Amino acid sequence: MAKTPLQFRHNGRDVALFVDGGTNLLVVLREMIGDLTPKFGCGQGGCGACTVLIDGDAHLSCLTLAEAVEGRAVETLDGIKSGPNLHPLQRAFAEGFAAQCGYCTPGMLMAAKALLDKIPQPSREQVVEAISGNICRCTGYEPIINAVLAAAASLRASA
Amino acid sequence: MPVTVKTFQAASEAASALSSDRAARYLGGGTLVMRDLNEGDVSIATVIRATDRTLQGIDAAGARIRIGAGVTFARVLAERDLAFLHPAARSIGGPAVRNMGTVGGNLFAPAPFGDFTVALLALDGIVSLQGSFGVRDMPIEEFLQSRDRQAGALVVGVSCIRPASADAFRYRKIARIKPKGGSVITLAAHLPQSGGRVTGARIALGSMAPTAIRAKAAERALEGRPFDAGAISAAAAAAAEGTAPTDNSLASAWYRREVVGVHLRRLLSGQES
Repeated sequence: MAKTPLQFRHNGRDVALFVDGGTNLLVVLREMIGDLTPKFGCGQGGCGACTVLIDGDAHLSCLTLAEAVEGRAVETLDGIKSGPNLHPLQRAFAEGFAAQCGYCTPGMLMAAKALLDKIPQPSREQVVEAISGNICRCTGYEPIINAVLAAAASLRASA
Repeated sequence: MPVTVKTFQAASEAASALSSDRAARYLGGGTLVMRDLNEGDVSIATVIRATDRTLQGIDAAGARIRIGAGVTFARVLAERDLAFLHPAARSIGGPAVRNMGTVGGNLFAPAPFGDFTVALLALDGIVSLQGSFGVRDMPIEEFLQSRDRQAGALVVGVSCIRPASADAFRYRKIARIKPKGGSVITLAAHLPQSGGRVTGARIALGSMAPTAIRAKAAERALEGRPFDAGAISAAAAAAAEGTAPTDNSLASAWYRREVVGVHLRRLLSGQES
């Protein structure tokens, strides 16, 4: 079966490759580009571990047909830090013990970034809503919610 | 296994391709089809997409509003004119799912999903289908009953009634995992009143059958009566009639039948769930 050419921007860099029909974006990112930050969780859109931003909006890469990102901008956790410095969200997660096993963390961070990019001063309810599609089996969510609020404050202070 | 992906500019071309290939599935937002592909569904040989901008349109100007099949729930939530549908859109998935899932795709979501369709069913939804015959409209109830036989036609849009007042339409999703999760029961009620009496009540239930269904016995209990405690009690008592829920990890069929009347009573009475 013929492969399909695909071009998109991955964390600010142009990517061009050929994909098999029906390949999902998560497979492209992890297996073809080598960006292992989006995690494979359920493959059904139920856990949020594979969350990435497409043109700034949170999407589930496991349910995104690769061809659907043609010409679009895909942002993953691998692209959010600035040089050697952690993104304020990453720092807040580390300082606030908002990760235990860490498997959900990339998806949580991207869901949180999608929120803070649009709403710099979110309420607690808005944070809960933003991560409501992301499952964490370890933390009980409270440290994550607090870390997102702390990161929002940090981002506002540095703006 | 790789599949053939065909992307068309026009919805009519996509519909033609869909009707001529029994192993083809139309991909809207991807939340159903991609899941099946990820699970290795070998019955899908072709994935068909359309970039037609008419599928993204929203016409909220008239008494009946029309929503293109490709409109996402995030778009619905961004549209002030569709405020009466916001509770239904907001009850679906997390933000990422709402950025992807579409109004058209939701019509095909099996229980315990398909919550937006429950709202559309209560609002006298009409589904526009494009096939080799052209475009035809079908009442949503008829569409849902024959959904599995509509594989060769492309849903291009849905229309529904705009409720006359905020109180005339009520929606509630009962879920065990809050704020989001699959539905234990989803309820929607359109309750127009004339001269102090209910006229043309439509009550729809989700997760009480393989597709969204109308609670017709409950509707009859309200019809022509003042919207008072007696009518509400009668509707609640009749809520489970004609339902056929199944067991799943969220609730048993028995539990759903037991509590549907309780939740309908609360919805109609304006009580918190």
